[in-house]
Amino acid sequence: MSIKDTSNHAFNIQSLSVFYGPKEAVKNVSFKIQEKMVTAVIGPSGCGKSTLLRCLNRMNDFILGLKVEGKIFYRDENLYAPKVDAASIRRKIGMVFQKPNPFPKSITKNISWGPKVNGFTGDINELIETSLRRAALWDEVKDRLNDSALTLSGGQQQRLCIARAIAMNPEVILMDEPCSALDPNATSRIETLIHELKNRFTIIIVTHNMQQAARVSDETAFFYEGALVEFGETDRIFTNPREKRTEDYITGRFG
Amino acid sequence: MNHRHLKNSIFKYTCILVVILSIAILGILIGQIIQQGHSWVTMDFLKNFPSRLPSRAGIKAGLWGTLWLLGLTALLAIPIGIFSAVALEEYMRESKIKKWLQINVSNLAGLPSIVYGLLGLSIFVRGLGMGRSLWAGSLTMALLVLPVIIIASQESIRAVPKTIREAAYALGARKWQVVFMQVLPASVPGIMTGIILALSRVAGESAPLIVIGALTFVNFVPQGPSDSFSALPIQIFNWSSRPQEEFHGLAAGAIIVLLGILFSLNLVAVFIRERYQRYRT
Amino acid sequence: MANHLRSELERLKNELLDLSTQVHGALNKAVLSVKNLDQNIAREVIEQDNIIDQAEVEVEEDCLKILALHQPVANDLRFVVASFKINSDLERIGDLAVNISERTIYLGKGPPVKVPFDFGKMSEKVSIMLKRAIDAFVNQDVKLAHTIWQSDDEVDQINSEMYDCVYNEIRRSPNDVEGLIHYLSISRHLERIGDYATNICEDVIYMVEGKIVRHNPEKF
Repeated sequence: MSIKDTSNHAFNIQSLSVFYGPKEAVKNVSFKIQEKMVTAVIGPSGCGKSTLLRCLNRMNDFILGLKVEGKIFYRDENLYAPKVDAASIRRKIGMVFQKPNPFPKSITKNISWGPKVNGFTGDINELIETSLRRAALWDEVKDRLNDSALTLSGGQQQRLCIARAIAMNPEVILMDEPCSALDPNATSRIETLIHELKNRFTIIIVTHNMQQAARVSDETAFFYEGALVEFGETDRIFTNPREKRTEDYITGRFG
Repeated sequence: MNHRHLKNSIFKYTCILVVILSIAILGILIGQIIQQGHSWVTMDFLKNFPSRLPSRAGIKAGLWGTLWLLGLTALLAIPIGIFSAVALEEYMRESKIKKWLQINVSNLAGLPSIVYGLLGLSIFVRGLGMGRSLWAGSLTMALLVLPVIIIASQESIRAVPKTIREAAYALGARKWQVVFMQVLPASVPGIMTGIILALSRVAGESAPLIVIGALTFVNFVPQGPSDSFSALPIQIFNWSSRPQEEFHGLAAGAIIVLLGILFSLNLVAVFIRERYQRYRT
Repeated sequence: MANHLRSELERLKNELLDLSTQVHGALNKAVLSVKNLDQNIAREVIEQDNIIDQAEVEVEEDCLKILALHQPVANDLRFVVASFKINSDLERIGDLAVNISERTIYLGKGPPVKVPFDFGKMSEKVSIMLKRAIDAFVNQDVKLAHTIWQSDDEVDQINSEMYDCVYNEIRRSPNDVEGLIHYLSISRHLERIGDYATNICEDVIYMVEGKIVRHNPEKF
């Protein structure tokens, strides 16, 4: 008996709480994430932002002893309803991780693997080229598609991971501190990429770099010790936040 | 400062010395064998059956027996070993049962091979009525090397980074796809090592085979798994216990052939490992 | 790193405070020079204006430096932006004090003329307005900032009444037209200073509350 949520939001998070055994990592969080926008989640280390992100595509399922309470609606569907198939959710909601993690295979195989195991029957080469172009990587690798993905630089590997996620044609891309292992140049290229991608995908990015959140996102959520402190338009949060804790954090007075 | 520098040098050169010594000893041993046996390794040698006359003796029976043994044991032990490792690492949750299984596998890896021989004798040869056949021999050897394969495979699977699995799951893959299409291929190098170790043992063990009843003096080649058989190590043992010098030469020749088989197996493993590691750099 | 920003912001505040003290001093001196028709004081004000100009440039450079190096956000950002604007307002007030002093010198050259409006009341009001604005800035006192608009309306009122007075005086004694025009200018300058003081209060409100407000009195 789940309540259907028919507003225009991509995600409607309702009273979400996540427990690692006795420890409450996410405390009764509720907010809505808009479609085709970039939403940033910021906060000091250990504030629950990564945990929250991983709930959105059920990647937390792999952690033993993790308990999730509350509802997360993606469009009309409660992701945590009893009979939901987690794998099918992850086809729609992709993820890019903190440390680039391409498969130890060729560049083409990296991109084609996801679609193939999910039953893709179209022109795979076209899909590979499109994905690499959309990830702003095509020109750099088009002559060495059969080389190992591990011969690429860190920034290129991360863009490859983004291309890999895009190849699945998801509706949402979750990014867990995607630039923290990269140098400023690579970071800047990925931020530009995010800006282009948001026309196609809803993007949610967890970052501990506040300037990045300010540059890249349309809306920002500030978390502290598992609770959602403030959520709103990014330009308002960074010029005139409502909560003192938010202000203290973004001006660097703590964390 | 000087004191530490001196210690450093002593340690370094001691290590180098030990390595050189080990390789030298090995080299000398192999060199002696080759010297002793190379003249005996002829086409006739490979084609003839054992004989009382050294000039007419050959290893055909033992060679084929060993090859059959390797083939059958590999067929039995490798799939079971890999799947057991996959089951233990990927599908079983941490529980008392899993711990118990794990401990048992480790212990079994250390049992003396003759125990396996006795086991094989009572269960396969007598209990299941297989007699002194290749079935009994292979099953016994499979039991012997199964723990080795399982442990090596488990280690290898465990060494595959969690990040690879995460990436695969995040693309909407199901568990079996992640395990068999990402994790296993990535563990191939380690698994290969385990398999080679296992097969080397199969080729070189004689005690369990003797207990099972592998024959010493045969003049036929096994035609099927139910046939009785001989094996190279047994032949080698037999010849080297004879007083005549020529038989020692024959034994050395047989050892060279055995080493040749093991070397080729290693090459195959290296080749397979290379293929799967091509994308690792 | 956050500490470095704190100390820079503190320094900026003190610089701005120094500047505002100087400007307030210049205003008071200019007013005094008009009251007593004292040429010496008037000349002092004019000469010391370049000190004010220099201080204004330094404050502006410091603001830019903070923005470039520290990328402040939220209240820190608003403080720097408000400081920019207040800095510029203060410098204009300084210029207007110079303009008033120049009028004193012109008045000194001609025959004495009857003051056509209550100069004392107006100048005192304006001086108090400036002081209040500075206090509001120092103490981040939004309530105090809001009180200034009433005074500004009063000053505007005096200024607009003054046009009628001057008009009548010129008709009555046409020979005094030059002197009267100078007083007209002085009144206008004082009214402009009042407006700038109001601007400063608007900037203070923005700095504290993040709201951009504008005061729009009825213009004559």
